[in-house]
Amino acid sequence: MSVFLEVKDVRKYYGAIRAVDGVSFALGPGEIVGVIGPNGSGKTTLFNSILGQIRPTSGAVEFAGEDITGMSPLELARRGIGRTFQTLQVFGKLSVRDNLIVAAQEFKGTMKSRLFAAPDAGLGEHADRMIELFRLQHVATLPAGTLSYGQQKLIDIAMAFMAGPRLVLLDEPCAGVNPSLVDQLRELLIELNRTQGGSFVVIEHNMDFVMRLCPQVICMVEGKVLAAGPPASVQGNRAVLEAYLGN
Amino acid sequence: MSRRQTVAVVVGLALYALLPPFLKNYGVYLMTLLCVYVMAAMGLNLVVGYAGQMSIGQAAFFGIGAYHVAILMKLGLPFLAVLPLAAGSCFVIGLLLGFPALRVQHHYLAFATLGFNVLVYLVLRNEQGWTGGTFGLAGIPRPTLFGVELDGNLAFFYFTLASTVVLALLLAWLLRSPWGRAFAALRDNPIRAESLGVNITAYTLLAFAIGAACAGVGGAYYAVLVQYIEPSAFNVPASLMMLLAVIVGGSGRFFGPLVGTVVVVLLPEWLRFAQNWYLMVFGFAVVALMVWLPGGVLSLADRWRRARR
Repeated sequence: MSVFLEVKDVRKYYGAIRAVDGVSFALGPGEIVGVIGPNGSGKTTLFNSILGQIRPTSGAVEFAGEDITGMSPLELARRGIGRTFQTLQVFGKLSVRDNLIVAAQEFKGTMKSRLFAAPDAGLGEHADRMIELFRLQHVATLPAGTLSYGQQKLIDIAMAFMAGPRLVLLDEPCAGVNPSLVDQLRELLIELNRTQGGSFVVIEHNMDFVMRLCPQVICMVEGKVLAAGPPASVQGNRAVLEAYLGN
Repeated sequence: MSRRQTVAVVVGLALYALLPPFLKNYGVYLMTLLCVYVMAAMGLNLVVGYAGQMSIGQAAFFGIGAYHVAILMKLGLPFLAVLPLAAGSCFVIGLLLGFPALRVQHHYLAFATLGFNVLVYLVLRNEQGWTGGTFGLAGIPRPTLFGVELDGNLAFFYFTLASTVVLALLLAWLLRSPWGRAFAALRDNPIRAESLGVNITAYTLLAFAIGAACAGVGGAYYAVLVQYIEPSAFNVPASLMMLLAVIVGGSGRFFGPLVGTVVVVLLPEWLRFAQNWYLMVFGFAVVALMVWLPGGVLSLADRWRRARR
């Protein structure tokens, strides 16, 4: 397997608290890895360490052979790394269509050329295709902030894929989403993985979603990797069950 | 903009252009002054309403533009040559101020820009050799446009109105471009914007500098309108007045600064019948407006639409 993303012994300490304590894993092109673990196990801190939101105390992150440790979110975005956040992060006053266009426009041309570009930056058709894929046609012209939580979640995820990223880190994509939408979301991600070919790292508490989407799963507890492997083996791991359910 | 809105804007503009011949000199002066402040307020709206930054220093750029014109025109340079210089200087100074000031946000940025305004005021007051100090600069000539002198109040009004429309069209084009969408994105959610590749530092700086350039243009027209400038016109109260115009009209709405400037410039004049009480009535009117319409006068349309649903 060729390694695309490599997380090497990443640690993030806050004084005596070891939020992430020596996590390592690797991901190949087009692969999907799920990260599970109880609340406070360090999943989001690990994400933020990979994505430049916080600088890890030690360790390194390599992407396509380049050391990206501590790079800013802007530099990571330019290298084709997208993300979604645990909480909703859409542009509330912009329409759904504009939310999608702005998610990709900065990857087209230079700043100067964008000033003189068409208002949709040549991304109108692509945005419309994405709107269709996510079944948001009926709300495409409405301000994103006026829509339901589930719809905003879909926009949030669609934005992360607009620029055709090589790697996407999704932080709890199913949080707050109604069960009927969860299946739709899983199918969408599989479709995007097939068509765009990007690699995904998914943090999620919805076990059914993770087990059906991710061929590889990592379970984190107290900042460390407790178990890693195919979903069935992680799900059946006694230590994982104890971490979730207690003794 | 819908077709109905376009028609309303064109009709409003036509009425505004037709009114001055029926007014006395002071009325024409007020209508020209309104255009001048609209230019500066539109620039501030770009900074505050579209890019989501705070500034209490717009009058400093307004003053820099005004003094550019006053000093250079008195040296014999034509207005049309000085105008881009004034705008360009304000753009560059806006960038230079933005580099350190935009490291902070919200009320900290407000204080940083306020400090800059006080600094510019002190320079204008103390550098007597250039600025005339507290005595100011008098005898600023009105511009000549391709051999046509714009000495008359009416001619100068139409020149200023046409310039305001051109500036508004330029800003409308900017806001419709991908840049406008990037400005709105960094206002709504800068962390998300950065994760999507939006260079928030560059866009914030550009919004700040373009807003400063608009104020510089407004200041240039102000200098040739009043033909006498002195530092107090460019101190912090003027910046607050411009900020008030943006917020009262509707921050982040294209016509917000226009409506807000009408309220801020013309309402005190309309309230003069209240004699010594007029400023107090004006103050209460603004407070009441902010309490009932925190989104500005133009948010009334949204309320009306919501109520109809």
